[in-house]
Amino acid sequence: MKKHDRIIRQGMCLLGKWHQNSYAIKGKLGAGAIGTVYLCESRGKHYALKVSDQNSAMTMEVNVLKSLEKVQDQQLGPYLLDVDDWECPSGDTYTFYVMEYVQGEKLERFIRTNGTEWIGVFLLQLLGDLDKLHKAGWMFGDLKLDNLLIAKAPARLRWIDVGGVTQLGRSIKEYTEFNDRGYWGLGTRKAEPSYDLFAVVMVFLNLFYPKRFPKGQDNERLICSKIDLVKVFAPYRHCFKKAIQGKYRSSEDMRKEVAASLQKQRSRKSRRSQAPHRQKSGSPMLLAEGGGILLIAAGYYALSLLLP
Amino acid sequence: MKKGTLKQILLITDGCSNTGEDPKAAAALAYEQGITINVIGILEDGKGNPGSLREVEEIALAGGGMSRIVYQESLAQTVQMVTRQAMTQTIQGFINKELEQILGAGQTVEDLDPVKRGEVMEVVEDMGETCSLEVLVLVDTSASMGDKLDTVKESLIDLSISMSARLGTSRFSISRFPARDQEVEKIFDWSPKLDAISEIFPKLVCGGITPTGPAIREAMYEFGKKRLSRSLLDDERRIEEA
Repeated sequence: MKKHDRIIRQGMCLLGKWHQNSYAIKGKLGAGAIGTVYLCESRGKHYALKVSDQNSAMTMEVNVLKSLEKVQDQQLGPYLLDVDDWECPSGDTYTFYVMEYVQGEKLERFIRTNGTEWIGVFLLQLLGDLDKLHKAGWMFGDLKLDNLLIAKAPARLRWIDVGGVTQLGRSIKEYTEFNDRGYWGLGTRKAEPSYDLFAVVMVFLNLFYPKRFPKGQDNERLICSKIDLVKVFAPYRHCFKKAIQGKYRSSEDMRKEVAASLQKQRSRKSRRSQAPHRQKSGSPMLLAEGGGILLIAAGYYALSLLLP
Repeated sequence: MKKGTLKQILLITDGCSNTGEDPKAAAALAYEQGITINVIGILEDGKGNPGSLREVEEIALAGGGMSRIVYQESLAQTVQMVTRQAMTQTIQGFINKELEQILGAGQTVEDLDPVKRGEVMEVVEDMGETCSLEVLVLVDTSASMGDKLDTVKESLIDLSISMSARLGTSRFSISRFPARDQEVEKIFDWSPKLDAISEIFPKLVCGGITPTGPAIREAMYEFGKKRLSRSLLDDERRIEEA
C-alpha cells in the first residue's frame, strides 16, 4: 500500500498547487502499478483522478494523454482535464491528473450478460479505433481486458488506461505477458501495428480462457489450436490466425477482412434459413454499395435472430 | 549532443553474500565509476523469507540502482522493468545536475510546473530510447539457485527481446559466481542478443558459497577492461588524425 493511499480518504479535498483547482474525493476506483485512481467531483461533475508517488511515470502518462488529444476528431482515450501537484499535510508532494470518468461495464461481464454476438461488434470497434491511433503514429502497447470498458447506450468499447501507448517504431515499455508476442516468441517488442493486432486476438482469447494458458514449444500452433476450440470465433478464425502470424500490415486491413467474413457468414446463414427478405439485404450488390458499420450491425441483428 | 552509454550491472541472487569483501562497498565503488547496480532477489516459492534478502536493497542503494524481491514467475517482467527504470533514473540524474546549474542549487525536475516537467520527461524518454546500453548480468549459481536457473535464463532472453526493440544499441554479457576454482567466471561475452545462452545455461552446475562482493568488483573490472581497450583505440585514432 502506497503512502498516499493511507492519507487520501473519501470526503477529502485535493487542492492543486499550480492551478488551484480543488477536487472532492468520492471514493476509490482502482489501483495499479503506477498509482491509484479515485472518483472525484469538481464543479458538480464527476471525474477520475489518478494520484501517484512516481512523479516521472505520471508525467509520461500525461504526455501520452495530451498527444492523444491531438489525434482525435473522435475521443480515443479518456480526455484530460487537469494536471497538478498536491502538497499533502505531511509535506510530501504527489503528482495527480484529472480525466474523464468513463462509466461502464467490463467487457467480459458485458459479453456474459448480453451474449457472444457482441464480440464481432466490439472487435470491429476496437480495430477501427486502433487504426485511427496507428495512423496518428501511436501504438496502444499494453492492450488487455483491464484497459477496456463498455460504455452503455449505445454500447461502445472505450479505452480507460492509455499508459502503455508508444510512438511507432519505439520499444514497448509496458506489456502483459499473455498478450505480448515477444513472450510467445512470435515477434519483437517494437511498437508497430502488428504488435497491437496480436494483442487484440489474445484479448478476445482471454475472454474464453479466463485463466489463460501457459506457453509451450510451438506456440503459433498452440494459439491457433486454442482459437479453433472457440466456436464463436468461426467466422473470423482465419483473420485471428493471420494476426497471430503478424501478416496484417494495418489495423484497417484486418478490420476489412473481419467485416467481410462476418457478412459472408451472415448471408450463408440466411440462405440456409430461406428467409427471402433477409436474403435480399445480404445480396452482394448491396454489400458492395453499402459497406459501412450500419449494415454490419443490421446483419448482426439478423444473425442473432437466427441463432438457436 | 553526444549520446552516451549507460552501464549497468544486474545482480540476480537468492540469498546473502557469505564470503569476501562487503558487496555494498563494491557496489559503491562501481557507482563511483559510473556503473549502476540493480539487484533482483528471488524468493523461494511458498516460503517468503525477505529477511535474508535485505542485503538486496542495500546493495542497490549503494550502487545507485533499483532493487526488487520477487517470486520466480514474475522474474521476466521484473528484470525488464528494473532495467528500464534504472535507465530513466540515471538519465534523470544527469538532467537534474544540468538543471541545477541553470536554476540554482536544489532545483530538480520535480520543482518545475507540470507543463515544463512534461517537456523534460519527453527528453528523458527520448534519451532512454536512443542511448546505448551495456548490461553485465551477474548470476548467483550457489547451491540454492539450482532450480531457478531455467527461469533466470528465460528472463534474460526476454530482457534482450525488450531492449533490442529500442532504437539505441544494447549489449549484454553474463558472468556467474561462484565458479569452480574461482569466484567469478564469464560465461557469455558481450553480444547484442542473448538467444545463444539457451545452450550455456543447462550446463551450469550450481554449488558453493556466495561471494557477492568479489563478484561485483570483478564485474566492474569487465567494464574497465573494455573501456581500456576502447580508449587505446581512440588514442591511436587521435594520433593518426594528428
